[in-house]
Amino acid sequence: MDLALEEGTTLERTPGGPQGTGPAEKPRSLWSDAWRDLRRNPVFIISALIILFLVIISIWPSLIADQDPLDCNLGKAQEGSQPGHPFGFDGQGCDVYTRTVYGARNSVTVGVCSTFGVTLLGGVLGGLAGFFGGLWDSVLSRVTDVFFGIPVVLGGLVFLSVVTSSTVWPVIGFIVLLGWPQIARIARGSVITAKQNDYVQAARALGASNTRMLLRHITPNAIAPVIVVATIALGTYISLEATLSFLGVGLKPPAVSWGIDISAASQYIRNAPHMLLWPAGALAVTVLAFIMLGDAVRDALDPKLR
Amino acid sequence: MGRYVIRRLLQMIPVFFGTTLLIFLMVNVMGDPIAGLCGDRQCDPATAAQLRSEFGLDKPVWQQYLTYMGNVFTGDFGTAFNGQKVTELMATAFPITIRLTVVAIVFEIVIGISLGVVTGLRRGRPVDTTVLILTLVVISIPTFVTGLLLQLLLGVEWGIIKPSVSPEAPINELLVPGLVLASVSLAYVTRLTRTSIAENARADYVRTAVAKGLPRRRVVIRHLLRNSLIPVVTFIGTDVGALMGGAIVTERIFNIHGVGYQLYQGILRQNSQTVVGFVTILVLVFLAANLIVDLLYAVLDPRIRYA
Amino acid sequence: MLLEVRDLHVEFHTRDGVAKAVNGVNYSVAEGETLAVLGESGSGKSVTAQAVMGILDMPPGRISGGEILFKGRDLLKMKKDERRKIRGQEMAMIFQDALSSLNPVLSVGEQLGEMFVVHRGMSHKDAKAKAVELMDRVRIPAAKERVGNYPHQFSGGMRQRIMIAMAMALEPSLIIADEPTTALDVTVQAQVMDLLAELQRELNMGLILITHDLGVVADVADKIAVMYAGRIVESAPVHEIYRAPAHPYTKGLLQSIPRLDQKGRELYAIKGLPPNLLHIPPGCAFNPRCPMAQEICRGEVPPLFEVAEHRESACYFWKETLDAR
Repeated sequence: MDLALEEGTTLERTPGGPQGTGPAEKPRSLWSDAWRDLRRNPVFIISALIILFLVIISIWPSLIADQDPLDCNLGKAQEGSQPGHPFGFDGQGCDVYTRTVYGARNSVTVGVCSTFGVTLLGGVLGGLAGFFGGLWDSVLSRVTDVFFGIPVVLGGLVFLSVVTSSTVWPVIGFIVLLGWPQIARIARGSVITAKQNDYVQAARALGASNTRMLLRHITPNAIAPVIVVATIALGTYISLEATLSFLGVGLKPPAVSWGIDISAASQYIRNAPHMLLWPAGALAVTVLAFIMLGDAVRDALDPKLR
Repeated sequence: MGRYVIRRLLQMIPVFFGTTLLIFLMVNVMGDPIAGLCGDRQCDPATAAQLRSEFGLDKPVWQQYLTYMGNVFTGDFGTAFNGQKVTELMATAFPITIRLTVVAIVFEIVIGISLGVVTGLRRGRPVDTTVLILTLVVISIPTFVTGLLLQLLLGVEWGIIKPSVSPEAPINELLVPGLVLASVSLAYVTRLTRTSIAENARADYVRTAVAKGLPRRRVVIRHLLRNSLIPVVTFIGTDVGALMGGAIVTERIFNIHGVGYQLYQGILRQNSQTVVGFVTILVLVFLAANLIVDLLYAVLDPRIRYA
Repeated sequence: MLLEVRDLHVEFHTRDGVAKAVNGVNYSVAEGETLAVLGESGSGKSVTAQAVMGILDMPPGRISGGEILFKGRDLLKMKKDERRKIRGQEMAMIFQDALSSLNPVLSVGEQLGEMFVVHRGMSHKDAKAKAVELMDRVRIPAAKERVGNYPHQFSGGMRQRIMIAMAMALEPSLIIADEPTTALDVTVQAQVMDLLAELQRELNMGLILITHDLGVVADVADKIAVMYAGRIVESAPVHEIYRAPAHPYTKGLLQSIPRLDQKGRELYAIKGLPPNLLHIPPGCAFNPRCPMAQEICRGEVPPLFEVAEHRESACYFWKETLDAR
């Protein structure tokens, strides 16, 4: 099937002539095609395994770390690697290994919850704007413009500097507040594209209701780009939380966060670089895993880009 | 063309007011604008009330916003926490951040586009794969980690650069911070250019150019590059605003006294005048950059010019 | 002979295997002669032309055998730069979709003038004058005013004229036109075809006209080569083929043209689909779709039988086909 498709488009570039596909093969949907591609893609497998591991240790950190991240001993501050403490101790004498493991939970929670909120809010608003058009669409476009005008880190500083809670929710709330316009734009664009498909026009001509059009015809066709952008965004949200925590406005102690630990470590950068490297490494690998996953999914869903 | 510019300018007005209002609300609703004015102590209730009426803070927020904007348009951005005029802070801070941003943009253009062209023309070869993996890694490491690592390696371990930039921030000291600031965008520019080049390399008009017997250099530079750079220019243009706003992290790591530093101080001291003033200017820069991108777009793509 | 393609083989390496796009094609064109290459998409007609032009995407494409003799020299053995200089100067190509084949961000004047700047070393000013001259020649109204316009500002027919002008610019001795009128309105098709034929006569060029449209061919071509699955299955002077096809595939193609004198009758269609180039059927590639197929067709690839002078057919039953008119 693949070849027949390429044959018609790339090799010959002669639309208009009778199209050939050779021996009939059963048609595959975009999704099953994508899944077949993904299963063979090492990038996807590696990133999916990393993410699976992260999710597991977020839920049960004690599986691989038997100490308490808040059980610190100032007497051991800044000490390097030693038996039972492979990554050494931080400035407060806390075990770096344990804190790095426990840090995954907040990062993953922020990433997943923010992405969920952003996708829901942005997807619905953008999708409806794209579907109905008109005034609703113009208003939404201007509103997204307004949000795009605010630099994210700066907005975070202003918005979160007065929050005293040490939970993840204010950070998630902020990311959803500033993040939804990005997804809204993507959703709007792909709904407009889907709306122009012939069979969608046909369904409309046959008198399908708006609800049915949206659920049955538009959403399944418009959702692929949203999923791709959301997956990549998940990685950047984790990175954003760490940045905000680094600046002192994201998560706040006693919350355990890679950003907080990196910020604390930056004061001891000369004497004890190990304090910086472990949480920074964990953060980078986590973000990398989500971005690679998003990349792999995009490649699978958009064969054009190959 | 003239009408196009005017239409774009008109569209920018609601965005400008919307964005500044949003920031104004955030600062005034979330924080206490007079909290920082009595030094580190809490203001006593009488002084607080007096300060409130002095700054018009007893009026409704929308009125405060209008008054503030009115002042801004006459060039009065108010007073910072240390008694300096906000405009004075801007006069010292903006040139530094602009220098930093320019360094970053130059890195994006020179390194990002060259790498993108090279990899786009050699898809699937080892160079391509290597650069692609590198860009992924760079995108994945948050800027503040990249900054700290480079500071650790180049500044502390090897002593190639000074770990913190001197107050005048000469351009040679801004090279590494500029690279750090650019890093993530640079990786995006590389990937975007690569995709764009690779996509356009298969375009019919490139095949025509080859069939005309043009030398490869000419095919690439005159036919392929110009078409491929359209999305890249858009990205870099909109990135100007993001870089200046995002400089806050880089400036903090390398102790650069630019816009980010002043904003950070303003937020720490809850000085709303500094914060809103700087953000207003940043929003203007962002909008101006977008306008320039739109115009450049029209220059690069005649199909838009006459639309 | 101006151009001789001998036993050309081209294959494409794809993820799913090797696609044999061209499997031993032979054809030739003399000066002032028009050869029409006919076939469905996937028959290898465009790939052959791209191989001649030297614009095949390699990889994934690969020329795995054969010779392409142009004025007696094998193009496939030439150095890259030598080959490049032939393109545009001695042979030129006209593509199907002029809108996508012209660079959207350069004015048509720049694109036409570029030929003179690169190949003749002219100044930009002289090149622009030449561009206006060319546009006049292909009868674009108000050429002088429109030389600075961009491709999207012209109509489809005008754009194709610009493509033709670009191909004619340096008066090459061979033109390859790949479905030059397919993308155009029917009313404009004839005008563009006439222009092409007229310029060809004037400059005494060889013309290879690639098409899947038999209607276009009859008026302009001297001889026809019909391709199927990367092979030439029949070649003949144009009128003989219309009178009496010697291959069941050609016959099927002819019967599927709507004709006024057969109004009301059901239109004939060749059953089945063109073969998948990854798995070309053994024997005669057309056998699964052929109404005359016998056991022998499934076993051996039929050679080209000489039907008459200048006339060949790759069918074991060419005689029967000819007779069963």
